[in-house]
Amino acid sequence: MPTDAGTLTREQVLDAYRTVLRARTLDDRRFVLNRAGKLAFIISPRGHEVAQVAAITALQPGRDRFCLYYRNFAAALACGFTPEELMLSAFARAADPSSGGRQTPGNFGSRRRGVIIGSSTVGPQIPKAAGIGLALKWKGEGALCYVSFGEGATSQGDFHEGLNFASIHRCPVIFFCENNGWAISVPQPLQVAGPGVAERAAGYGIPGVRVHGDDFFAVHLAVQEAAERARAGDGPTLIEAEVLRLQSHSTDDDQRAYRDAAELAAESARDPIPRMRAALMQRGWLTAEDDASLREEVGREVERATEAAEAAADPDAGSLGRHVYADA
Amino acid sequence: MCTPMPERNLVQAVRDALYEEMERDDRVCILGEDVGRKGGVFKATEGLQQRFGAQRVLDTPLAESSIAAVAQGLALEGFLPVAEMQFADYSFPAFNQIVNEIAKVRYRSNGDFACPLVIRAPTGGGVRGALYHSQSPEAFYCHVPGLKVVLPSTPADAKGLLKAAIRDPDPVIFLEPKKLYRAERQEVGDGDSAMLPIGVATVVRRGADLTAVTYGYMRAVTLQAASRLSADGIEVEIIDLRTLRPWDVESCVRSIEKTGRVAVVYEANRSGGWGAEVAAELAERCFASLDAPVSRIASPDVPAMPFSPTLEHAFMLNPDKVADGLRRVARY
Repeated sequence: MPTDAGTLTREQVLDAYRTVLRARTLDDRRFVLNRAGKLAFIISPRGHEVAQVAAITALQPGRDRFCLYYRNFAAALACGFTPEELMLSAFARAADPSSGGRQTPGNFGSRRRGVIIGSSTVGPQIPKAAGIGLALKWKGEGALCYVSFGEGATSQGDFHEGLNFASIHRCPVIFFCENNGWAISVPQPLQVAGPGVAERAAGYGIPGVRVHGDDFFAVHLAVQEAAERARAGDGPTLIEAEVLRLQSHSTDDDQRAYRDAAELAAESARDPIPRMRAALMQRGWLTAEDDASLREEVGREVERATEAAEAAADPDAGSLGRHVYADA
Repeated sequence: MCTPMPERNLVQAVRDALYEEMERDDRVCILGEDVGRKGGVFKATEGLQQRFGAQRVLDTPLAESSIAAVAQGLALEGFLPVAEMQFADYSFPAFNQIVNEIAKVRYRSNGDFACPLVIRAPTGGGVRGALYHSQSPEAFYCHVPGLKVVLPSTPADAKGLLKAAIRDPDPVIFLEPKKLYRAERQEVGDGDSAMLPIGVATVVRRGADLTAVTYGYMRAVTLQAASRLSADGIEVEIIDLRTLRPWDVESCVRSIEKTGRVAVVYEANRSGGWGAEVAAELAERCFASLDAPVSRIASPDVPAMPFSPTLEHAFMLNPDKVADGLRRVARY
């Protein structure tokens, strides 16, 4: 198992670990609020958090561009969204920075953070990222575009069109596939022909990398190398991170209806967060005491974020017609 | 003016507009299939790659969804892309990118992001193009808040409106009636003096007896039909909308208040066409002024225009068919 920390410092990794904990704690809280009838709809990152934060930690929020997809809750935190901002989005409040309560939570956007506003259809961000990459190449400032998606999106024509275009023009793009093996209820054997997603890179003449999504350092290294290639003008990379979907597709889905109970139990036992914690402890970067106080702190932070978002104002009904065009 | 303005046909006017805007603003760029060395299948981008280089005039893979998506990515990064869809019929693979992504960027981000770009596409029939080079899909795009839709019918309008579309802060679908590309030449101005505002119709013929609201190639057909009615003493006022979304309701209402009768003439098939929306709006707005039902004169509800000249003729509106329709409204 490649668990070399590379150039990462203890501080950076602890920061990432805190982000992972924030994502999990916020998500747990969102599910409670959903079951209590307070939040209409949630898409959980459960099982993906470590891979998402490891990837973003290898990049430069504020300089790079990020085309995220609806499961990128932890990635959004790593890009700089605060717990309160994500709770504002969950409650569809006016102050939700992504869309002012217009979109379902999971469509992240913030121009100042370089997070390109998402939508809820599957895959359109992939060729869009190629276009952003082309623009960044023309600008020549060394920035890159990171685009993420599930393995279900790789069935879309937009996956091919985006990789083809970005590869032809050697655009500085990192294509990051979070393969959890399930597109709602359709398993990988009915979704992805061939051995997997990473192998498809060969058809475009670009590097394809498969990585264990529960290995923080391995994911970080893969994205770091892809970023170096992109910034050096060597074009895109396709990364396939194998992750677990430890929660149903969304709050409107119950995966127990179509997945084997023993398999679900086995996956729960492989939760990547305890693994990341163990790796940090093994390295001597985290003690059990540190961990307990960190969790307590994150818990309080999530509590404050929830209270603030719940108390925040809804959008004004009169704003329905705003921002259709520039002049309205 | 000391020097006469040059005469241009519609496709030359499009090319001139692109040339001038690229000269004026180096953020303007072109992408599409065959737009580079070939200069476009209709020559709308002829010579532009030679002048501005292969980056600003970019030949893309044959994949419309990514043409729209890449244009969007460029727009989000501050460029002003003009994407060409080789035929409007072939814009449908890009439908999701246009309708769900481009059109909604501003709205779904609550104004944080904008997507100023132009998607140009030749539209309409009468050129033996058959089912897949003849369609008039404007209604699909007009139905989408967030998009603007322009469909000019003269060289001067095409140039002025394309320049305005490129400078517009919102995404514009710019449809060019391919049958008119080389039909008519007229004097066309240069630079900012050639600009025309989006959303303003023009009265192309004055008449007191009935109003015909039309656009695109049907402007010319309706003008010919109106000459025939004039011989019978019926004078038709013809309004060319030029912009379909937003469209100039007030100009139409003013005319109908004078004539009391209106027909909407459009090349697309009748049911659910943009002319149907125009007719519905005018019926609501003008009910008290009307002496006859609001009428639609449009193409039949068959899937598309066939290749056989006999069938193509049977599909297309022509001056005879339009004159018949206008007479019915006049005599109601």
